[in-house]
Amino acid sequence: MIKVIVKRLLQAIPLLFFISIVSFLLIKLAPGDPVQSFVTPDMSQEDVERIRHNLGLDQPIYVQYVRWLINILSGDFGYSLISHRPVLTMIAERLPATFGLMGSSLLLSLLIAIPLGLYAAANKNGWFDRLISGISYVGISIPIFWFALLLIYLFSLKLNLLPSIGMRTIGVNSAWDVIKHGILPCLVLAFQNASVYLRYIRSNTISQLEEDYVQIQYAFGSTKREVLFHHILRNVLLPVITIFGLSIPNLIGGAFITETIFSWPGMGSLGVTSIFSFDYPVIMAITMFSSLMLVIGNLIADILYSIVDPRIRPKG
Amino acid sequence: MNKRRWQNLKRELVRNKFGLAAILILAVLTLASLFAFLSPYDPNKMEIQDRLQAPSWSHLFGTDDYGRDYFTRALYGGRVSLAVGFLAMIIATALGTTVGTISGYFGGKLDNILMRMVDILMSIPSFFLLLILNAYLKPGVQNLILIIGLMTWMDIARIVRAETLSVKEREYVLYARVSGQSSFFIITKHIIPNISSTIIVAATLNIASAILLESSLSFLGLGVQQPNSSWGSMLNNAQGYIGDAWHLALFPGFLILLTVLSFNVLGDILRVAFEPKVNDR
Repeated sequence: MIKVIVKRLLQAIPLLFFISIVSFLLIKLAPGDPVQSFVTPDMSQEDVERIRHNLGLDQPIYVQYVRWLINILSGDFGYSLISHRPVLTMIAERLPATFGLMGSSLLLSLLIAIPLGLYAAANKNGWFDRLISGISYVGISIPIFWFALLLIYLFSLKLNLLPSIGMRTIGVNSAWDVIKHGILPCLVLAFQNASVYLRYIRSNTISQLEEDYVQIQYAFGSTKREVLFHHILRNVLLPVITIFGLSIPNLIGGAFITETIFSWPGMGSLGVTSIFSFDYPVIMAITMFSSLMLVIGNLIADILYSIVDPRIRPKG
Repeated sequence: MNKRRWQNLKRELVRNKFGLAAILILAVLTLASLFAFLSPYDPNKMEIQDRLQAPSWSHLFGTDDYGRDYFTRALYGGRVSLAVGFLAMIIATALGTTVGTISGYFGGKLDNILMRMVDILMSIPSFFLLLILNAYLKPGVQNLILIIGLMTWMDIARIVRAETLSVKEREYVLYARVSGQSSFFIITKHIIPNISSTIIVAATLNIASAILLESSLSFLGLGVQQPNSSWGSMLNNAQGYIGDAWHLALFPGFLILLTVLSFNVLGDILRVAFEPKVNDR
């Protein structure tokens, strides 16, 4: 198992390397001169040049890239052009909110999708199946921000049940308060993910039901419930894990919009704000972090995969 | 598309009423946005005393914050949303088909390089890249089409490659190769026509995701800019009036949902119609 993990991590290095070049070029191609943010009116031309030299900006571009790479490898992502705080600190502050939201919405969507998908498939073309399939169609087609607006209108403005902005009420410091703020964004993300998962689980369960081993189980007197939850579930979880790995980019993308609408203080809303304010060091750090999360997510998917199905445990 | 597939499609449409509904909805929306100029209202004419009116018989969708007729604006907005989706799909399908067939047909090193490239592009959080590119380039309809097209072709390339791999071993392709036809000729005359149904399905589903992407970007204010509007940018504007003019948020979002849903349903029906044995579940 450790061998597999190490191998996967090594495979991820070229990818991260490529992404680092892309994010570096993004800063370099961006309009504006970073030296300007340090210049005050009473500086002479020599002072400006000295700053440029100190920042290493007078060096050839590949030297700058290598220096920058060494810096980020040692954890130095530079300073925000807007707040002048270390980028790494800014991101570290935001990570708990993002992980909390992503984790809870993933869990919720699996809890919804697995039982409903199995049940819908077992009663293929029944009224329940039609209803659930219809809803999941809407789930993959609905603009996520519009769904968020609908929920805000209903639950925050009309019913006044849940807050629609931020993660905490000012002055209140309780877990329940955070949960209340998290319900709407979590629902928005979970609806979309659950719909994607459900469609896969349903169609896979239907094809599994036609397999011989299912007929044999029935012949031995197993009930439908036993067959579904003991035998089919394990086989159906496989593609779900693949989809989980593939849906991580969507989850990150969806979180950008959802976090922005609900002003959720996570990495996504930080990313969108920094794009609007052209805060390059932050933009680039978030790009690197999202890619890293993606690599880790795929790694987790691979590991889970080989736990669930011993047949595909990679050799070597 | 041969005769048998056409018949399958007809049978599938008769069996599945949603497919017919999807085609009807898309036809109505397309025609309505094309003939938007027939509306008695000017989409940009402001009547400040009529601002934020609720839907009524004279203003079907009500009026917006400048007193413009919202129904007319929604029709013109649909024109932009549908055009972006359609043109981005053309770019993505062209690129995806080219890369996919070349990769699958020639195989070997070239295939390896191209597919590595696709892997890398797919594992960059694409939405973020879209945002960044859009922030650096000038936001606008043309750049939007280009960016969405360039960011969504990878799925198509993968599917097309897989299909090419299976088609290229068929006898008629081998025969064409032995008889000395050029690779270009074989790909365009023998391979692409035989995987056309796969391409059509992928392209249909691609329009759906392109329209969704466009609406998200425009909603964040990074897509279509004033005075142009798309359904997404109308929602961006509506966000500020959600308390007093609920209808501003309701209609454009519902139209996006209806359009994307129709394309998704249509894509699935085409898939079942083209490969009935494999996909009929």
